[in-house]
Amino acid sequence: MISIEVSSLKKYYGEIKAVDGISFTVNKGEIFGLLGPNGAGKTTAIEIMEGLRKKDEGDVKVLSLDPWKNGYELHKKIGVIPQEFTFFEKTSPREAIRYYANLFGIKADPEEILNEVLLEDSAKVMFENLSGGQKQKTGLALALVNSPELLFLDEPTTGLDPNARRAIWEVIRGLKARGKTIILTTHYLDEAQQLSDRVAIMNLGHIVAMGTVDEIIAEHGSGERLEIHGSKELANYIEANTELKVEYRKGMISIPLEQKIDALAALAAAEQSKLDWGEIHTRRDSLDDVFIKLVSGMVDEHGEMIVENKPNNSGS
Amino acid sequence: MVSAKRIASDFRVFSLGYLRNKFGLFFGLIFPVILILIFGAIFSGNSSGTITFYTQNQDTGPFPSPQMDVATQFVQALNGTAPDGTKISDTWPIQVELVDSSENFTKYLADHSASDGILIPAGFSADYLAGQMVDVTVYGNPTSSTSGIVSGTVGGVANLFNLQRFNGSTVIGISSTTVNTEQTQYVDFMIPGLIGFSILVSPMFSLVNISSEYKKTKLFKQLSLTPLTKMEWLASKVLWYIVLTVASFLLMVTVGVLAFGAHVTLTVWLIPFLLLGPTLFASLGMLVGTVTKNPETAGVIGNIVTFPMMFLAGTFFPISIMPQYLQSIAHVLPLYYIVEGLNNVMVYANYTGAVIDLAVVGVITIVIFAAAVKLFKWRED
Repeated sequence: MISIEVSSLKKYYGEIKAVDGISFTVNKGEIFGLLGPNGAGKTTAIEIMEGLRKKDEGDVKVLSLDPWKNGYELHKKIGVIPQEFTFFEKTSPREAIRYYANLFGIKADPEEILNEVLLEDSAKVMFENLSGGQKQKTGLALALVNSPELLFLDEPTTGLDPNARRAIWEVIRGLKARGKTIILTTHYLDEAQQLSDRVAIMNLGHIVAMGTVDEIIAEHGSGERLEIHGSKELANYIEANTELKVEYRKGMISIPLEQKIDALAALAAAEQSKLDWGEIHTRRDSLDDVFIKLVSGMVDEHGEMIVENKPNNSGS
Repeated sequence: MVSAKRIASDFRVFSLGYLRNKFGLFFGLIFPVILILIFGAIFSGNSSGTITFYTQNQDTGPFPSPQMDVATQFVQALNGTAPDGTKISDTWPIQVELVDSSENFTKYLADHSASDGILIPAGFSADYLAGQMVDVTVYGNPTSSTSGIVSGTVGGVANLFNLQRFNGSTVIGISSTTVNTEQTQYVDFMIPGLIGFSILVSPMFSLVNISSEYKKTKLFKQLSLTPLTKMEWLASKVLWYIVLTVASFLLMVTVGVLAFGAHVTLTVWLIPFLLLGPTLFASLGMLVGTVTKNPETAGVIGNIVTFPMMFLAGTFFPISIMPQYLQSIAHVLPLYYIVEGLNNVMVYANYTGAVIDLAVVGVITIVIFAAAVKLFKWRED
């Protein structure tokens, strides 16, 4: 079952291409992470899906509805925490939940929802006196009032301390366990990695990578590489005396390994050079590495990564 | 489509929030009462009310007999006592403060920051008795409200003496009263104006503020994700400001009656004004909030709309004292019809006039309410 279907979606603000032709689908019951730096177009994309913004081009179907034209109907079926969620200052979380229940014309048990978002202790505190984490939990609570099958969480943990973030993660995991479909935007990699089934990395209005975290690393990250702390001289020596590709950056020699045995050749060359070298280890790209590569301008106009062969290394 | 239940729940949350905010409560209820107290205190008739009138009498005689000292009699008359010893009027507006004849009078007035005074020249009595023209010099500041009273009073006294000189007698006397059957005081005219003020200010400023603030903090987006509609949202605000206006009305009337003995006619005719007024200005506030990008601009535009209306619509001063072009402006201000209507109902019992005012206010209210709901966007294109 598909909850969301987006194809070739575009939204321009004058010259600025906030969203420039993105396509993806979100399956029922999964947590789909939209990851990207500030200004990547995540919020614009999510607000179009929520029916809060009008698209320029492309197709968007959310729960089989057009979010802009059928917003009123759609809003009964979805829950949303907008970015930087705020609410009436002089209203407590419990009152807020009752208020929403009345607006939706449904019976909701405030205590049950408060328990679900771990906010029982602050049920009577005025919104203005809640901590950042409690405010976000209030937002989550309100998003849950109408028992939505689909939830949009726009940067739900931005600006929160690590404990508060983990508490929100707990709540989100609980929601997934109950079968909710969740769209999550974040610029925290660990958050996306911890929570999402699938991730789309957005940059400058494009989706530059999409899939499970492992798939993205496999596709866009380098394979295993040998890293040696050493000098540029040593890097040049190894490159001259082996068949290997050698990269050098700030005291770190990095050698992609096509097979494990390549490491041995590299180390033999290093030993032969009589030059000093320090710590050695092998590693793979993490999501962080891939993300930095994808969003730091190393993306061509089709959203494809430009493969970097020789960043700082002039060869011999 | 409009759900009374949703309006009621929005009303409950909003009014609770309002009541918990002490500043809002002050602005909505206490501030108009303070205004009544201030204006009432300034204009209430039981103040000392007399104007100090510096008088220098340079006519030191000599006088063959006390009767020949007309200058002194003139000073007494300025003080409210006729030459025959009777009081000229019960409410004499000026009180003479004698200045020694050795003083430089102009300098004396300046030193005492006084603008009202009279100089009686030497030889005044002799010239008067001889039937020779003699002038007294009246000092006054034309921008001061006291100067008209002073010159009127001096003119009256001078006429009295002129008539007496030729054995004339007073034929036309003046007794003063006001248009209403009952004795009407300034506070009676002031209360409708101040009620108009509170009908304007509280809903208008609040809605300008709320609608721009909610836009900035994305609360409107938040609300647009619920089944609540813009019209329901505005309706609940309107309801609350009607409640607040009625409460403020009762409070102001009570204070006016208890503190200043105001005469207030409470009739059912007041009800439509108390319903339409807040509806009109809450909607206008929302409309102002829609055309602005941020709360700061909204505040400025709110003030630009509110303040001229406040002063030009006859809230604090009757518009009849204004020049014609300002009166024409007043006639396009919705608040003018509310204040005039309240005056028609509460002071003049002129219900024909009130019906016309109500019709005008009603039409404007419907137009503004519809425009506010139509033009206000809580999601973006």
